[in-house]
Amino acid sequence: MKTILNVAGLRKEFGGVAAVDGVTFQVHAGEIVGLLGPNGAGKTTTISMILGVLAPSAGEIQSVPRERANFASVNAPLPGNLTVAENLRVFGLLFGVDDLSARVDELIQRFDLRRFEHTKAGLLSSGEQTRLCLAKALLNRPRLLLLDEPTASVDPSVARDLRARIREFAAEADAGVLWTSHNMHEVAEVCDRVLFLCHGRLLLEGDPKTLPAQHGRKDLEDLFVAVAREPLSL
Amino acid sequence: MNPRRVFAVVLRQFYLMRGSLSRVLPLFAWVGVDMMLWGFLARYLNGAAASGFSFVGTLLGCVLVWDFFMRVMQGVTTAFFEDVWSRNFLNFFASPLTIREYLAGLVLTSVATSAVGLLAMLLIATLGFGLSFLAYGALFVPFLALLFVFGVALGIMAVALVLRLGPASEWFVWPIPALVAPFAGVFYPVSILPAWMRAVSRALPPSYVFESMRALAAGGAASRTGLLAAAGLDIFYAALAWLIFARTYRAVVRDGRLARYSAETAG
Repeated sequence: MKTILNVAGLRKEFGGVAAVDGVTFQVHAGEIVGLLGPNGAGKTTTISMILGVLAPSAGEIQSVPRERANFASVNAPLPGNLTVAENLRVFGLLFGVDDLSARVDELIQRFDLRRFEHTKAGLLSSGEQTRLCLAKALLNRPRLLLLDEPTASVDPSVARDLRARIREFAAEADAGVLWTSHNMHEVAEVCDRVLFLCHGRLLLEGDPKTLPAQHGRKDLEDLFVAVAREPLSL
Repeated sequence: MNPRRVFAVVLRQFYLMRGSLSRVLPLFAWVGVDMMLWGFLARYLNGAAASGFSFVGTLLGCVLVWDFFMRVMQGVTTAFFEDVWSRNFLNFFASPLTIREYLAGLVLTSVATSAVGLLAMLLIATLGFGLSFLAYGALFVPFLALLFVFGVALGIMAVALVLRLGPASEWFVWPIPALVAPFAGVFYPVSILPAWMRAVSRALPPSYVFESMRALAAGGAASRTGLLAAAGLDIFYAALAWLIFARTYRAVVRDGRLARYSAETAG
Protein backbone atom coordinates (compact mmCIF):
# COMPACT_ATOMS: atom_id res chain seq x y z
CA MET A 1 0.00 0.00 0.00
CA LYS A 2 1.50 3.31 -1.06
CA THR A 3 2.39 5.76 1.70
CA ILE A 4 0.89 9.20 1.07
CA LEU A 5 2.01 10.85 4.30
CA ASN A 6 4.93 9.89 6.49
CA VAL A 7 5.34 11.77 9.77
CA ALA A 8 8.41 10.89 11.84
CA GLY A 9 9.38 12.18 15.29
CA LEU A 10 7.32 15.34 14.84
CA ARG A 11 7.70 17.86 17.64
CA LYS A 12 6.52 21.43 18.16
CA GLU A 13 7.34 23.59 21.14
CA PHE A 14 5.75 26.90 22.08
CA GLY A 15 7.78 28.76 24.69
CA GLY A 16 9.52 25.59 25.84
CA VAL A 17 6.27 23.61 26.18
CA ALA A 18 5.74 20.75 23.73
CA ALA A 19 2.38 20.94 21.96
CA VAL A 20 3.33 17.94 19.81
CA ASP A 21 5.95 15.58 21.16
CA GLY A 22 7.63 13.00 18.96
CA VAL A 23 4.63 11.93 16.90
CA THR A 24 5.18 9.27 14.22
CA PHE A 25 2.56 7.84 11.87
CA GLN A 26 1.74 7.15 8.23
CA VAL A 27 -1.32 7.56 6.05
CA HIS A 28 -1.62 5.21 3.09
CA ALA A 29 -3.45 5.53 -0.21
CA GLY A 30 -7.16 4.79 0.07
CA GLU A 31 -7.02 4.92 3.87
CA ILE A 32 -8.99 7.18 6.21
CA VAL A 33 -7.11 7.79 9.45
CA GLY A 34 -8.75 9.43 12.45
CA LEU A 35 -6.60 11.74 14.55
CA LEU A 36 -8.33 11.82 17.91
CA GLY A 37 -7.69 13.47 21.23
CA PRO A 38 -9.11 15.92 23.75
CA ASN A 39 -9.00 19.67 23.19
CA GLY A 40 -5.40 20.89 23.23
CA ALA A 41 -4.02 17.43 22.47
CA GLY A 42 -2.07 18.71 19.48
CA LYS A 43 -4.31 17.64 16.58
CA THR A 44 -4.63 21.05 14.90
CA THR A 45 -0.94 21.78 15.56
CA THR A 46 -0.05 18.52 13.80
CA ILE A 47 -2.28 19.35 10.84
CA SER A 48 -0.87 22.89 10.64
CA MET A 49 2.64 21.43 10.36
CA ILE A 50 1.57 19.00 7.65
CA LEU A 51 -0.04 21.92 5.78
CA GLY A 52 3.22 23.89 5.98
CA VAL A 53 1.82 26.89 7.85
CA LEU A 54 3.70 25.94 11.01
CA ALA A 55 7.32 24.86 11.11
CA PRO A 56 8.14 21.82 13.27
CA SER A 57 10.71 22.18 16.06
CA ALA A 58 11.95 18.70 15.14
CA GLY A 59 11.01 15.71 13.03
CA GLU A 60 10.19 15.08 9.41
CA ILE A 61 7.13 15.20 7.21
CA GLN A 62 7.20 13.50 3.83
CA SER A 63 4.14 14.02 1.74
CA VAL A 64 2.80 14.57 -1.75
CA PRO A 65 3.52 17.94 -3.44
CA ARG A 66 1.29 20.79 -2.28
CA GLU A 67 -0.60 20.69 -5.58
CA ARG A 68 -1.76 17.18 -4.63
CA ALA A 69 -2.84 17.94 -1.04
CA ASN A 70 -5.79 19.95 0.27
CA PHE A 71 -7.67 20.57 3.47
CA ALA A 72 -10.89 21.72 5.09
CA SER A 73 -10.90 23.04 8.61
CA VAL A 74 -13.48 24.41 10.94
CA ASN A 75 -10.83 27.06 11.76
CA ALA A 76 -10.39 28.24 8.17
CA PRO A 77 -13.64 29.33 6.54
CA LEU A 78 -13.30 30.57 2.97
CA PRO A 79 -13.45 34.36 2.44
CA GLY A 80 -17.00 35.39 3.27
CA ASN A 81 -16.90 38.33 0.86
CA LEU A 82 -16.53 36.13 -2.24
CA THR A 83 -19.39 34.09 -3.68
CA VAL A 84 -19.37 30.29 -3.75
CA ALA A 85 -18.35 30.21 -7.43
CA GLU A 86 -15.71 32.96 -7.00
CA ASN A 87 -14.11 31.13 -4.08
CA LEU A 88 -13.94 27.89 -6.03
CA ARG A 89 -12.49 29.63 -9.09
CA VAL A 90 -9.78 31.45 -7.08
CA PHE A 91 -8.73 28.32 -5.19
CA GLY A 92 -8.98 26.23 -8.35
CA LEU A 93 -6.41 28.53 -9.96
CA LEU A 94 -4.17 28.33 -6.88
CA PHE A 95 -4.24 24.54 -6.98
CA GLY A 96 -3.68 24.43 -10.74
CA VAL A 97 -6.93 22.63 -11.54
CA ASP A 98 -7.33 21.76 -15.24
CA ASP A 99 -10.61 22.49 -16.98
CA LEU A 100 -11.54 24.62 -13.99
CA SER A 101 -15.01 25.74 -15.05
CA ALA A 102 -16.18 22.15 -15.49
CA ARG A 103 -14.65 21.09 -12.17
CA VAL A 104 -16.24 24.01 -10.29
CA ASP A 105 -19.58 23.18 -11.87
CA GLU A 106 -19.22 19.51 -10.96
CA LEU A 107 -18.43 20.28 -7.30
CA ILE A 108 -21.23 22.82 -7.00
CA GLN A 109 -23.56 20.08 -8.18
CA ARG A 110 -21.99 17.37 -6.03
CA PHE A 111 -22.19 19.41 -2.81
CA ASP A 112 -25.67 20.71 -3.54
CA LEU A 113 -24.53 24.34 -3.78
CA ARG A 114 -26.23 25.26 -7.05
CA ARG A 115 -28.73 27.72 -5.57
CA PHE A 116 -25.89 29.42 -3.61
CA GLU A 117 -23.53 29.65 -6.58
CA HIS A 118 -23.72 33.47 -6.63
CA THR A 119 -24.24 33.93 -2.89
CA LYS A 120 -21.41 35.34 -0.76
CA ALA A 121 -19.91 32.62 1.42
CA GLY A 122 -20.38 34.76 4.53
CA LEU A 123 -24.16 34.62 4.03
CA LEU A 124 -24.29 30.82 4.03
CA SER A 125 -25.35 28.79 7.06
CA SER A 126 -22.56 26.93 8.85
CA GLY A 127 -23.63 23.69 7.17
CA GLU A 128 -23.54 25.29 3.73
CA GLN A 129 -20.12 26.81 4.50
CA THR A 130 -18.88 23.37 5.49
CA ARG A 131 -20.07 21.97 2.16
CA LEU A 132 -18.27 24.81 0.37
CA CYS A 133 -15.04 24.14 2.29
CA LEU A 134 -15.25 20.47 1.37
CA ALA A 135 -15.91 21.35 -2.28
CA LYS A 136 -12.78 23.53 -2.19
CA ALA A 137 -10.83 20.70 -0.51
CA LEU A 138 -11.70 18.32 -3.34
CA LEU A 139 -11.07 20.81 -6.18
CA ASN A 140 -7.66 19.41 -7.09
CA ARG A 141 -8.61 15.73 -6.53
CA PRO A 142 -6.01 15.58 -3.72
CA ARG A 143 -3.99 12.46 -2.93
CA LEU A 144 -3.80 13.72 0.65
CA LEU A 145 -6.87 15.25 2.24
CA LEU A 146 -6.64 16.82 5.70
CA LEU A 147 -9.94 17.35 7.46
CA ASP A 148 -9.99 19.20 10.77
CA GLU A 149 -13.41 18.59 12.36
CA PRO A 150 -15.17 18.77 8.99
CA THR A 151 -18.63 17.99 10.39
CA ALA A 152 -18.36 20.00 13.63
CA SER A 153 -21.05 22.51 12.73
CA VAL A 154 -23.52 20.50 10.69
CA ASP A 155 -26.64 18.58 11.66
CA PRO A 156 -26.57 14.74 11.78
CA SER A 157 -28.30 14.37 8.44
CA VAL A 158 -25.84 16.63 6.59
CA ALA A 159 -22.93 15.07 8.50
CA ARG A 160 -23.95 11.59 7.34
CA ASP A 161 -24.20 12.82 3.77
CA LEU A 162 -20.78 14.50 3.93
CA ARG A 163 -19.16 11.40 5.41
CA ALA A 164 -20.53 9.36 2.53
CA ARG A 165 -19.14 11.82 -0.02
CA ILE A 166 -15.71 11.89 1.58
CA ARG A 167 -15.57 8.09 1.75
CA GLU A 168 -16.67 7.91 -1.86
CA PHE A 169 -13.95 10.38 -2.85
CA ALA A 170 -11.20 8.55 -0.89
CA ALA A 171 -12.13 5.29 -2.58
CA GLU A 172 -12.37 6.62 -6.12
CA ALA A 173 -9.27 8.86 -5.93
CA ASP A 174 -7.23 6.33 -3.89
CA ALA A 175 -6.48 9.26 -1.58
CA GLY A 176 -5.19 9.20 1.98
CA VAL A 177 -7.38 11.10 4.45
CA LEU A 178 -6.38 12.38 7.89
CA TRP A 179 -9.52 13.26 9.81
CA THR A 180 -9.89 14.90 13.21
CA SER A 181 -13.22 14.73 14.97
CA HIS A 182 -14.75 14.65 18.43
CA ASN A 183 -17.65 12.56 17.19
CA MET A 184 -16.62 9.00 18.04
CA HIS A 185 -19.57 7.41 16.25
CA GLU A 186 -18.51 9.20 13.11
CA VAL A 187 -14.92 8.10 13.52
CA ALA A 188 -15.93 4.48 14.13
CA GLU A 189 -18.07 4.57 11.00
CA VAL A 190 -15.60 6.27 8.67
CA CYS A 191 -12.02 5.58 9.74
CA ASP A 192 -9.94 2.56 8.85
CA ARG A 193 -7.48 3.37 11.62
CA VAL A 194 -7.35 5.82 14.52
CA LEU A 195 -4.51 7.57 16.34
CA PHE A 196 -5.08 8.86 19.89
CA LEU A 197 -3.14 11.98 20.84
CA CYS A 198 -2.95 13.30 24.38
CA HIS A 199 -0.69 16.10 25.62
CA GLY A 200 1.05 16.05 22.25
CA ARG A 201 1.95 12.35 22.41
CA LEU A 202 0.61 9.49 20.38
CA LEU A 203 -0.83 7.08 22.95
CA LEU A 204 -2.77 4.52 20.93
CA GLU A 205 -3.17 3.40 17.38
CA GLY A 206 -5.41 0.79 15.82
CA ASP A 207 -8.66 -0.26 14.22
CA PRO A 208 -11.54 1.78 15.68
CA LYS A 209 -13.72 -1.32 15.72
CA THR A 210 -11.36 -3.48 17.78
CA LEU A 211 -9.29 -0.95 19.73
CA PRO A 212 -11.84 -0.27 22.53
CA ALA A 213 -12.13 -3.97 23.42
CA GLN A 214 -8.35 -4.35 23.41
CA HIS A 215 -8.24 -1.78 26.21
CA GLY A 216 -11.26 -3.03 28.13
CA ARG A 217 -13.63 -0.28 26.99
CA LYS A 218 -17.07 -0.76 25.57
CA ASP A 219 -16.76 1.62 22.64
CA LEU A 220 -14.60 4.32 21.08
CA GLU A 221 -16.23 7.12 23.08
CA ASP A 222 -15.49 5.27 26.33
CA LEU A 223 -11.89 4.84 25.21
CA PHE A 224 -11.69 8.53 24.26
CA VAL A 225 -12.87 9.58 27.73
CA ALA A 226 -10.33 7.28 29.33
CA VAL A 227 -7.54 8.73 27.18
CA ALA A 228 -8.61 12.27 28.01
CA ARG A 229 -9.00 11.73 31.78
CA GLU A 230 -6.50 9.03 32.66
CA PRO A 231 -3.95 8.69 29.88
CA LEU A 232 -1.51 6.93 32.20
CA SER A 233 -4.01 4.13 32.91
CA LEU A 234 -3.80 2.84 29.35
CA MET B 1 6.70 31.71 -10.47
CA ASN B 2 3.36 30.33 -11.62
CA PRO B 3 1.34 33.01 -13.50
CA ARG B 4 -1.99 31.23 -12.80
CA ARG B 5 -1.44 31.53 -9.08
CA VAL B 6 -0.44 35.20 -9.40
CA PHE B 7 -3.60 35.70 -11.45
CA ALA B 8 -5.64 34.01 -8.70
CA VAL B 9 -4.46 36.63 -6.18
CA VAL B 10 -5.36 39.44 -8.58
CA LEU B 11 -8.68 37.84 -9.51
CA ARG B 12 -9.65 37.65 -5.85
CA GLN B 13 -9.07 41.42 -5.57
CA PHE B 14 -11.03 42.03 -8.76
CA TYR B 15 -13.96 40.01 -7.41
CA LEU B 16 -13.88 42.11 -4.23
CA MET B 17 -13.89 45.39 -6.13
CA ARG B 18 -16.48 44.40 -8.66
CA GLY B 19 -19.68 46.04 -7.55
CA SER B 20 -18.21 47.30 -4.25
CA LEU B 21 -18.63 51.09 -4.12
CA SER B 22 -16.71 51.30 -0.85
CA ARG B 23 -13.68 49.76 -2.54
CA VAL B 24 -13.89 51.47 -5.93
CA LEU B 25 -14.68 55.03 -4.81
CA PRO B 26 -11.47 55.51 -2.76
CA LEU B 27 -9.40 54.59 -5.82
CA PHE B 28 -10.07 58.00 -7.34
CA ALA B 29 -12.28 60.08 -5.02
CA TRP B 30 -9.72 61.20 -2.42
CA VAL B 31 -6.95 61.88 -4.92
CA GLY B 32 -9.51 63.82 -6.99
CA VAL B 33 -10.39 65.94 -3.96
CA ASP B 34 -6.67 66.42 -3.28
CA MET B 35 -6.13 67.66 -6.85
CA MET B 36 -8.92 70.20 -6.45
CA LEU B 37 -7.66 71.40 -3.08
CA TRP B 38 -4.06 71.84 -4.22
CA GLY B 39 -5.14 73.09 -7.65
CA PHE B 40 -7.12 75.96 -6.14
CA LEU B 41 -4.36 76.70 -3.65
CA ALA B 42 -1.77 76.80 -6.44
CA ARG B 43 -4.02 79.08 -8.50
CA TYR B 44 -4.46 81.41 -5.51
CA LEU B 45 -0.71 81.47 -4.84
CA ASN B 46 -0.04 82.26 -8.52
CA GLY B 47 -2.17 85.37 -8.14
CA ALA B 48 -1.05 86.34 -4.65
CA ALA B 49 2.67 86.01 -5.34
CA ALA B 50 2.42 87.72 -8.74
CA SER B 51 6.04 86.81 -9.34
CA GLY B 52 5.47 84.81 -12.49
CA PHE B 53 6.46 81.65 -10.63
CA SER B 54 4.10 78.80 -11.58
CA PHE B 55 2.77 77.14 -8.44
CA VAL B 56 0.52 75.01 -10.61
CA GLY B 57 3.54 73.55 -12.40
CA THR B 58 5.55 72.94 -9.25
CA LEU B 59 3.19 72.40 -6.35
CA LEU B 60 0.32 70.66 -8.14
CA GLY B 61 2.63 68.47 -10.25
CA CYS B 62 4.51 67.33 -7.16
CA VAL B 63 1.30 66.67 -5.20
CA LEU B 64 0.02 64.60 -8.11
CA VAL B 65 2.99 62.25 -8.22
CA TRP B 66 3.08 62.12 -4.41
CA ASP B 67 -0.56 61.01 -4.35
CA PHE B 68 0.35 58.42 -6.99
CA PHE B 69 3.10 57.13 -4.68
CA MET B 70 0.59 56.89 -1.81
CA ARG B 71 -1.92 55.03 -3.99
CA VAL B 72 0.80 52.54 -4.99
CA MET B 73 1.80 51.87 -1.40
CA GLN B 74 -1.79 51.63 -0.21
CA GLY B 75 -2.65 49.47 -3.22
CA VAL B 76 -0.23 46.84 -1.89
CA THR B 77 -1.21 47.18 1.77
CA THR B 78 -4.98 47.32 1.20
CA ALA B 79 -4.88 44.19 -0.97
CA PHE B 80 -3.02 42.47 1.87
CA PHE B 81 -5.49 43.78 4.46
CA GLU B 82 -8.30 42.07 2.56
CA ASP B 83 -6.69 38.76 3.53
CA VAL B 84 -6.21 39.97 7.10
CA TRP B 85 -9.83 41.10 7.41
CA SER B 86 -11.23 37.88 5.94
CA ARG B 87 -8.78 35.65 7.89
CA ASN B 88 -7.65 34.05 4.67
CA PHE B 89 -3.99 33.31 5.42
CA LEU B 90 -4.47 29.64 6.25
CA ASN B 91 -6.38 29.03 3.04
CA PHE B 92 -3.84 30.89 0.90
CA PHE B 93 -0.60 29.75 2.47
CA ALA B 94 -1.67 26.12 2.85
CA SER B 95 -2.12 26.08 -0.93
CA PRO B 96 0.73 25.84 -3.48
CA LEU B 97 0.90 29.67 -3.52
CA THR B 98 4.45 30.89 -2.79
CA ILE B 99 5.16 34.20 -1.05
CA ARG B 100 6.82 35.45 -4.24
CA GLU B 101 3.59 34.77 -6.18
CA TYR B 102 1.50 36.29 -3.41
CA LEU B 103 3.54 39.51 -3.42
CA ALA B 104 3.49 39.62 -7.23
CA GLY B 105 -0.31 39.43 -7.04
CA LEU B 106 -0.44 42.29 -4.54
CA VAL B 107 1.87 44.42 -6.71
CA LEU B 108 -0.16 43.76 -9.87
CA THR B 109 -3.31 44.70 -7.99
CA SER B 110 -1.60 47.91 -6.95
CA VAL B 111 -0.62 48.63 -10.58
CA ALA B 112 -4.29 48.46 -11.57
CA THR B 113 -5.69 50.44 -8.63
CA SER B 114 -3.02 53.17 -8.72
CA ALA B 115 -3.49 53.54 -12.51
CA VAL B 116 -7.16 54.41 -11.90
CA GLY B 117 -6.15 57.09 -9.38
CA LEU B 118 -3.44 58.43 -11.69
CA LEU B 119 -5.85 58.75 -14.58
CA ALA B 120 -8.35 60.65 -12.42
CA MET B 121 -5.63 63.01 -11.18
CA LEU B 122 -4.25 63.65 -14.67
CA LEU B 123 -7.71 64.53 -15.95
CA ILE B 124 -8.47 66.96 -13.10
CA ALA B 125 -5.00 68.56 -13.07
CA THR B 126 -4.80 69.10 -16.83
CA LEU B 127 -8.43 69.91 -17.64
CA GLY B 128 -9.27 71.73 -14.40
CA PHE B 129 -6.05 73.60 -13.66
CA GLY B 130 -4.08 73.59 -16.88
CA LEU B 131 -1.17 71.60 -15.52
CA SER B 132 1.05 70.83 -18.49
CA PHE B 133 3.06 67.64 -18.32
CA LEU B 134 5.02 68.78 -21.36
CA ALA B 135 7.19 70.72 -18.91
CA TYR B 136 8.48 67.42 -17.54
CA GLY B 137 8.87 65.89 -21.01
CA ALA B 138 9.69 62.20 -21.26
CA LEU B 139 11.09 62.29 -17.74
CA PHE B 140 7.55 62.14 -16.35
CA VAL B 141 7.58 58.36 -16.96
CA PRO B 142 10.80 57.67 -14.99
CA PHE B 143 9.52 59.99 -12.24
CA LEU B 144 6.45 57.81 -11.88
CA ALA B 145 8.50 54.62 -12.16
CA LEU B 146 10.86 55.72 -9.38
CA LEU B 147 7.97 56.55 -7.07
CA PHE B 148 6.16 53.34 -8.03
CA VAL B 149 9.09 51.13 -7.01
CA PHE B 150 9.53 53.02 -3.73
CA GLY B 151 5.78 52.78 -3.06
CA VAL B 152 5.85 49.02 -3.67
CA ALA B 153 8.91 48.60 -1.43
CA LEU B 154 7.36 50.60 1.43
CA GLY B 155 4.08 48.72 0.95
CA ILE B 156 5.81 45.34 1.26
CA MET B 157 7.71 46.48 4.37
CA ALA B 158 4.41 47.67 5.88
CA VAL B 159 2.79 44.33 5.04
CA ALA B 160 5.67 42.52 6.78
CA LEU B 161 5.12 44.69 9.84
CA VAL B 162 1.43 43.75 10.03
CA LEU B 163 2.24 40.08 9.40
CA ARG B 164 4.67 40.17 12.33
CA LEU B 165 2.68 42.25 14.82
CA GLY B 166 -0.86 41.17 14.01
CA PRO B 167 -4.04 42.70 12.58
CA ALA B 168 -4.24 45.69 14.96
CA SER B 169 -0.88 47.00 13.75
CA GLU B 170 -2.45 48.10 10.46
CA TRP B 171 -2.84 51.45 12.21
CA PHE B 172 0.94 51.85 12.00
CA VAL B 173 0.66 51.60 8.22
CA TRP B 174 -1.78 54.36 7.30
CA PRO B 175 0.40 57.29 8.54
CA ILE B 176 3.61 56.10 6.83
CA PRO B 177 3.29 58.47 3.80
CA ALA B 178 2.65 61.39 6.16
CA LEU B 179 5.85 60.51 8.05
CA VAL B 180 7.88 60.35 4.84
CA ALA B 181 6.42 63.53 3.27
CA PRO B 182 8.34 66.16 5.32
CA PHE B 183 11.66 64.55 4.30
CA ALA B 184 10.69 63.87 0.68
CA GLY B 185 10.42 67.57 -0.22
CA VAL B 186 7.02 67.24 -1.85
CA PHE B 187 5.88 70.78 -1.08
CA TYR B 188 9.19 72.62 -0.74
CA PRO B 189 12.83 72.31 -1.80
CA VAL B 190 14.96 70.06 0.37
CA SER B 191 17.42 72.94 0.78
CA ILE B 192 15.16 74.65 3.33
CA LEU B 193 15.36 71.67 5.67
CA PRO B 194 17.80 71.53 8.59
CA ALA B 195 20.94 69.46 8.02
CA TRP B 196 19.72 66.31 9.79
CA MET B 197 16.52 66.30 7.75
CA ARG B 198 18.46 66.83 4.54
CA ALA B 199 20.54 63.76 5.44
CA VAL B 200 17.35 61.72 5.73
CA SER B 201 16.08 63.19 2.44
CA ARG B 202 19.17 61.99 0.64
CA ALA B 203 18.23 58.41 1.58
CA LEU B 204 14.72 58.74 0.07
CA PRO B 205 14.20 58.29 -3.70
CA PRO B 206 11.18 60.67 -3.84
CA SER B 207 13.32 63.65 -2.75
CA TYR B 208 15.40 63.36 -5.95
CA VAL B 209 12.25 63.11 -8.06
CA PHE B 210 10.69 66.23 -6.54
CA GLU B 211 13.91 68.24 -6.82
CA SER B 212 14.08 67.37 -10.52
CA MET B 213 10.40 68.14 -11.07
CA ARG B 214 10.81 71.59 -9.52
CA ALA B 215 13.94 72.22 -11.58
CA LEU B 216 12.14 71.30 -14.82
CA ALA B 217 9.06 73.38 -13.94
CA ALA B 218 11.35 76.35 -13.32
CA GLY B 219 12.88 75.93 -16.77
CA GLY B 220 16.05 74.19 -15.59
CA ALA B 221 17.26 70.64 -16.05
CA ALA B 222 16.68 67.50 -14.05
CA SER B 223 19.61 66.15 -12.11
CA ARG B 224 20.80 63.05 -13.92
CA THR B 225 23.00 62.10 -10.96
CA GLY B 226 20.08 62.59 -8.59
CA LEU B 227 17.78 60.38 -10.63
CA LEU B 228 20.45 57.68 -10.89
CA ALA B 229 20.85 57.86 -7.11
CA ALA B 230 17.07 57.49 -6.74
CA ALA B 231 17.12 54.43 -9.02
CA GLY B 232 19.93 52.89 -6.97
CA LEU B 233 18.04 53.59 -3.74
CA ASP B 234 14.89 52.06 -5.23
CA ILE B 235 16.75 48.83 -6.02
CA PHE B 236 18.15 48.82 -2.49
CA TYR B 237 14.73 49.36 -0.86
CA ALA B 238 13.03 46.80 -3.11
CA ALA B 239 15.64 44.17 -2.18
CA LEU B 240 15.40 45.15 1.49
CA ALA B 241 11.59 44.87 1.40
CA TRP B 242 11.81 41.38 -0.09
CA LEU B 243 14.36 40.28 2.52
CA ILE B 244 12.27 41.69 5.37
CA PHE B 245 9.08 40.05 4.11
CA ALA B 246 10.71 36.66 3.46
CA ARG B 247 12.37 36.72 6.88
CA THR B 248 9.13 37.78 8.59
CA TYR B 249 7.18 35.04 6.82
CA ARG B 250 9.70 32.41 7.95
CA ALA B 251 9.49 33.79 11.50
CA VAL B 252 5.68 33.66 11.67
CA VAL B 253 5.64 30.13 10.25
CA ARG B 254 8.27 29.10 12.80
CA ASP B 255 6.71 30.67 15.90
CA GLY B 256 3.10 29.84 15.01
CA ARG B 257 1.81 33.36 14.42
CA LEU B 258 0.65 32.54 10.90
CA ALA B 259 -1.39 29.54 12.05
CA ARG B 260 -2.92 31.59 14.89
CA TYR B 261 -2.82 34.96 13.19
CA SER B 262 -5.94 36.49 14.71
CA ALA B 263 -4.61 35.78 18.21
CA GLU B 264 -1.67 38.17 17.49
CA THR B 265 0.58 35.93 19.55
CA ALA B 266 2.17 32.52 19.22
CA GLY B 267 2.17 31.57 22.91
